[in-house]
Amino acid sequence: MEIAELSDLLVWAAATALAVAMIAFAVDLGRRTDERVEVKAQERVAAGSVTTTAGADAPAPVAGTDGVAEPRRRAAGIAMSTTWLGTAMLLVAIVLRGLAAGRAPWANMYEFTMVGSFIALVVFLLLNLRRDVRFLGAFVTGLVTLFLVVGLNSFHVAATGVQPALQNYWLVLHVGVAIAATGIFTVSFVMSALQLLRDSRDAGSPFLTRPGFHWLDRTPAPAALESMSFRLNAVGFVLWTFTLIGGAIWAEDAWGRYWGWDPKEVWSFVIWVVYAAYLHARTTRGWSGRRAAWFVVVGYACVLFNFTGVNLIFNGKHSYSGLS
Amino acid sequence: MSGRTYRPEGIADEFTQGVRGGENQDGTTPSSGTPAPTTPQVPWIGWRGMLRWTWRQLTSMRVALMLLMLLAVAAVPGSILPQRGQDPAAVVEYLGEHPTTGEWLDRFGFFEVYSSAWFSAIYLLLFVSLVGCIVPRTIAHARALRNRPPRTPVRFARFPARASGTTSATPQEVTAAAEAHLRGGRRWLPTFRVDTGDGTVAAERGYLRETGNLLFHLALLGLVVAVGVGQLMHYRGQAIITEGRGFANAVVDYDTFESGAWFQPESLVPFSMTLDSFTSEFATDAVAFAQSRDFTASVTVTEPDGSASAETIKVNHPLVIDGSKVYLQGNGYAPDLLVHDAEGEVAFSGRVPFLPEDQVYTSRGVVKVPDVSAGLDQVGLIGYFLPTAVIDEDGSARSVFPLPESPLLVLEVYRGDLGLDDGVPQNVYRLDTANLTPSLDADGERVKLLLEPGDTVDLPDGLGTVTLGEEVPRFVALDLRHDPSLAWVLTFSLMALVGLTGSLFLPRRRVWVRSWTHDGVTHVEVAGLARGDDVGLQPEVDRTLAAVPGLSPDPAEPTPDPAPTHETKEG
Repeated sequence: MEIAELSDLLVWAAATALAVAMIAFAVDLGRRTDERVEVKAQERVAAGSVTTTAGADAPAPVAGTDGVAEPRRRAAGIAMSTTWLGTAMLLVAIVLRGLAAGRAPWANMYEFTMVGSFIALVVFLLLNLRRDVRFLGAFVTGLVTLFLVVGLNSFHVAATGVQPALQNYWLVLHVGVAIAATGIFTVSFVMSALQLLRDSRDAGSPFLTRPGFHWLDRTPAPAALESMSFRLNAVGFVLWTFTLIGGAIWAEDAWGRYWGWDPKEVWSFVIWVVYAAYLHARTTRGWSGRRAAWFVVVGYACVLFNFTGVNLIFNGKHSYSGLS
Repeated sequence: MSGRTYRPEGIADEFTQGVRGGENQDGTTPSSGTPAPTTPQVPWIGWRGMLRWTWRQLTSMRVALMLLMLLAVAAVPGSILPQRGQDPAAVVEYLGEHPTTGEWLDRFGFFEVYSSAWFSAIYLLLFVSLVGCIVPRTIAHARALRNRPPRTPVRFARFPARASGTTSATPQEVTAAAEAHLRGGRRWLPTFRVDTGDGTVAAERGYLRETGNLLFHLALLGLVVAVGVGQLMHYRGQAIITEGRGFANAVVDYDTFESGAWFQPESLVPFSMTLDSFTSEFATDAVAFAQSRDFTASVTVTEPDGSASAETIKVNHPLVIDGSKVYLQGNGYAPDLLVHDAEGEVAFSGRVPFLPEDQVYTSRGVVKVPDVSAGLDQVGLIGYFLPTAVIDEDGSARSVFPLPESPLLVLEVYRGDLGLDDGVPQNVYRLDTANLTPSLDADGERVKLLLEPGDTVDLPDGLGTVTLGEEVPRFVALDLRHDPSLAWVLTFSLMALVGLTGSLFLPRRRVWVRSWTHDGVTHVEVAGLARGDDVGLQPEVDRTLAAVPGLSPDPAEPTPDPAPTHETKEG
């Protein structure tokens, strides 16, 4: 039959499109590096400089501002259109899944993976409408492809209704907002990870100054990545706070207590505290910059564990994966 | 800024620093903010000094950050190890499996992490730190609420956002237009707080940002207090009732009852409740066969004044009676059993809840039959109730669907001293068979009695008979809870959410405008400063400039400053 199977097929198709997009983004990132290296070399020749340190102290003017007449980036174009295509197919797959199950399509791990990936893509695409963040593309599409394939292979369950405890409009709100927060945290994690890499490269880390990491020079300066990541994290943190409050309201109705230190609640709390620590670290002398970025990495690791580990290892009230 | 801005130790705040670094525009040097903290060099600062130093450390941002990290780490063990509050049986099991480590973990409170001394210490210190930081900040903010924007600096070169242009309007007109633009349309809540001078405009917005920040932290404090008060005043009782029966809201009528230290038993409103019927629905499609789809308990509630009303309780839809909530937490079958002993006396009669153990309601239960007639053994029956039973070829029975389509009761029989006369409370759902004699058949296998509704079967070894009632009543497990702090918990949570949103998304900006006439042309300069990263700052400055009447695009950078005018939006 039918709708549910079509939905699964579309997810496979979306994963394929996004894999193509990832490769194209990677090609673009690499090619742009070559350009830049050439430009640099020309500059150096023009200036009669004899230094041979390539990019060790790259002052990195603004990335993304198309100051120099930039040649058409075909790979980037292909990457963007396949990303749009993959996102659109994922959206259709989600809608079909909802139709097949007759409810909001985010009640088990597979559906959570599907919708969370979609949100991450949408965040990336929307950001890209306002400014050039195509350097994120390879990582966002790569992560999403990975998520989708793992979801299809390991978390997939048949589309069906839900048990009485889940029959509540809070399923739409609490889980929906949690998924949105997760999607946003995914993109901000990529930014903070790039910030750390770029920062290390700029600081002359022996590993990251290898030629293989030239593409890092194409990413914005660490400070710019930091501020972009912060803006997303701020949104994600507010959504996560809402997830906790909404979850508590729902738990009060469904389980007879608003907070009971269920493993999922514990880890959601840990995530909240880690991101709260991140927001504090940003404004603390000596902790902003690199150290604050590590909080984002740790926070995202907790988000991933809260989703996978807590669902699959621990036995709690949030065991709705549908997997046995 | 005239008022002193309180800032906890170690906080980095470019906004205030930006002004502090200002070219002494108003003469007063802000007194806050010692230069980068140095390690104390004084050999002995006295006890009071020590206390003050400790307090300052505790309320510093750095320590708050450490405590936050500790809190996150300390919460983790509670998700890994079983917790008494959540699953006491699992704790007992763990202690049995790991006698040595279990004992040590228990000693350090690892099975009650969230009420352990160390977890409490972390969050209490965190809240002390929060109070020490937030209260002075609140006072400082309350004072600063009436502050005027800092005066227009002489030079704009050092500000991150700038714009300039020339206009045909006079400086007075420029000032008036900029002021009107910055104040915005609402008289009662101007966007910017604006001061004007001779050809200058100084404007500041975003006091609500700090207000939101303080509201968030104070709401967290309120939340913790509300939760604590709720813990002290709450009560919770569990009762299992079967169809047609009921219970009264009194401590003795609950199977289990727990309450906070401030709970008064008289505060229970003495209503009573009868379970009229219970219905359940299960999926029958192949995909989700036997998954539960709906549970509904129909009850009649009788208030103390005698008025009765019919109500329903569903999962997710607790029934609210007199400020208490009644939840439907479980359900199952309670077969009606009648046991006659060897003398023909009725030794046991009643409904026995069998607790479901899986999705198809394979339910386990225990009957403890006392020795009614003198000289007889006590009899224990252990068995399974199968709502829709099928008997496999090897003779074993199993349930295939949760609804009672062909119910079957399977019992094993034990005799001996069940300990019913010892006066020691027992778990009614468990029978310790260690010292009991099982009834065996000719092959030495335990006898299994199979009963369908209405059947009467002889107990083996001449122990009497057992009868299963015609109807199999349903039981529901109800959970009644009263927590007077709920409204407060919700209120403080929402306040925290609102405050947080404000503190993260309300921009805090200062904008200055200066205009002067030179060679018959009016030059206008606008500068902006923001707290933290603010992508909207340059647009704000540009909009302010655009509000100037008769503006012509800046032809040749009339700015006296040599610095580049437009820094790119992001670094």
